[in-house]
Amino acid sequence: MSLLFKKNKQTEAQIDEFLDLVIKGGLIFKQAVRYYLQGRIEEFEGHLKELSDTEEKGDELRRQIETKLYLRTLIPESRGDVLGLLESSDKVLNQTTETLMQFSVECPVIPEDLHPLFIDISDYAVSAEEGMVKAIRAYFRDLAAVRDHVNKVLFYRKEANKSAEKFKRAVFSRDLRHSHKIHLRYFAYHVELIAEEAEDVCDRLSIATIKRYI
Amino acid sequence: MIWFFLTSGLFLGWSLGAKDAANVFGTAVGSRMVRFKTAAAVASLFVILGAVVEGAGTTATLGHLGAVNAIAGSFTVALAAGVTIAWMTRARLPVATSQAIVGGIVGWNLFTGSPTDLEVLSRIVATWLLSPLLAAIFAILLYLLFKRCLGRARIHMLRLDAYTRTGLIIVGALGSYTLGANNIANVMGVFVPASPFRDIQLFGIFTLHGTQQLFLLGALAIAVGIFTYSRRMMDSVGNDIFKLTPILAFIVVLAHTIVLFLFSSTGLQSALVALGLPTIPLVPVSSSQAIVGAIFGIGIVKGAQGVNFKLLGKIAAGWVMTPIFAGLLTFVSLFFVQNVFEQEVVHHPAAAATSIIAPEPRPNVTAPVTPLASPMQTRAGNDSLITINSSNPLPQPIN
Repeated sequence: MSLLFKKNKQTEAQIDEFLDLVIKGGLIFKQAVRYYLQGRIEEFEGHLKELSDTEEKGDELRRQIETKLYLRTLIPESRGDVLGLLESSDKVLNQTTETLMQFSVECPVIPEDLHPLFIDISDYAVSAEEGMVKAIRAYFRDLAAVRDHVNKVLFYRKEANKSAEKFKRAVFSRDLRHSHKIHLRYFAYHVELIAEEAEDVCDRLSIATIKRYI
Repeated sequence: MIWFFLTSGLFLGWSLGAKDAANVFGTAVGSRMVRFKTAAAVASLFVILGAVVEGAGTTATLGHLGAVNAIAGSFTVALAAGVTIAWMTRARLPVATSQAIVGGIVGWNLFTGSPTDLEVLSRIVATWLLSPLLAAIFAILLYLLFKRCLGRARIHMLRLDAYTRTGLIIVGALGSYTLGANNIANVMGVFVPASPFRDIQLFGIFTLHGTQQLFLLGALAIAVGIFTYSRRMMDSVGNDIFKLTPILAFIVVLAHTIVLFLFSSTGLQSALVALGLPTIPLVPVSSSQAIVGAIFGIGIVKGAQGVNFKLLGKIAAGWVMTPIFAGLLTFVSLFFVQNVFEQEVVHHPAAAATSIIAPEPRPNVTAPVTPLASPMQTRAGNDSLITINSSNPLPQPIN
């Protein structure tokens, strides 16, 4: 019986570790965007590399958790929900990596006066991601707290949308080439997408939480 | 011949094992929280322990209701109860072994002209109403307690999963123990007055009474029922009939176990007597009734939206029909066993005693009215586990 408890604790630790990686990914992204806007490309590329490694590690850890949950038939009632949550939060991590990779490949030119607005979008998106991770942690330990975190995620997603809208309006009101405008809109959209994905995870989480109430 | 007669009891035991083990471990196995082999092994072991150690209390109550004192009578009563259960299960009506056997005993009383102790009968019927009600109350209280505690404890889902698995096995073991203690009377109770077993001294340490050997045999039949046929029932209970989460399943089985324990623990009864408190009657109650009561309680406390009242009505109808049908079937079967197969379905100890005391019966002198010993005394010998039913007047056969 103690073996069962020990194995469960190991899986518990792995889930926590995976969520730590998602948080770490968000923080790296936030800092990397700042480096990019400041023109510190070397540091930006270093962060991109770190984020790619984090994502790979996250993928590996998620697969290990999934295998353990299935092989040991742990939490049979909630297994589907937990695996769904882990997979969709992994998608959020993938989205941050992919967006940062696009910066590295496409090198968008963001007008300097729009930098604060772009940083706002990035910060709100990462705050939504952090809120999502807190909500998932609460799902495992403290169901009553899930709702509070989910509400925060919704708030940050809305703020990210507002900032993105402002950014796009500002871009399209300027005398820039149309291709440039489209390019900038594309980047704002992709950063915004991180918050959208986090919100999708929370929608899923809300249903899973209701199912877990005894 | 006696072994042939015991087969109906063994059949009843097999059906009880197949049917009622699912009440205890059904959700745990159906939801894949506990493996079937683990569940079956734990359930079998504890059913046997419960039956052998503490099966006497409820058997005594059945003995008060009617001491079926001839082996062919016991065979017929058990067979009629078994057929009733099989028929009602086939008709998809929920059925309780306790009710079938009580109906059968009353049928035997009616056929043989033995008086039915209405006080005992009303006590038994009252517990049929009381046990689901009590199970519902316990389930509600346990649900509220668990909800409060789990909300505060903030246990990680995976750790809670491990605790729940452990809890389901422990409570399943307790449930199986109380099932054996409480329900062995249904399986072997009617054979006690006609038991063929004698006391055995084991390793000079303890004595295995004749009744305990009979109960062991019945419990083994229950164990066979668990291993051979309860898998299907467990899967069905776990997935179709009531969809409970593992924690709710734990609460339901715990409530069921408490109820069965209250109605079968001789230890608890002794403790209550020692404290000068009113005792709880030791009556074989239905495991299924207790489970249904507990689930109903959970449904009510969760807002009653999910409670299927139509199904509950069907279950209640089954509870009323079972003893009536079993009683009628026993009555008819006894007629055939006695008059077609020419078997003795009721034993006359007074007549036997008379023949020993007065080998040459005098003409025009009726046999003594008061028996030297009650049917239970006569057959059970020195078996200390059996409560003597000396107040029962001599049964009169109907020819």
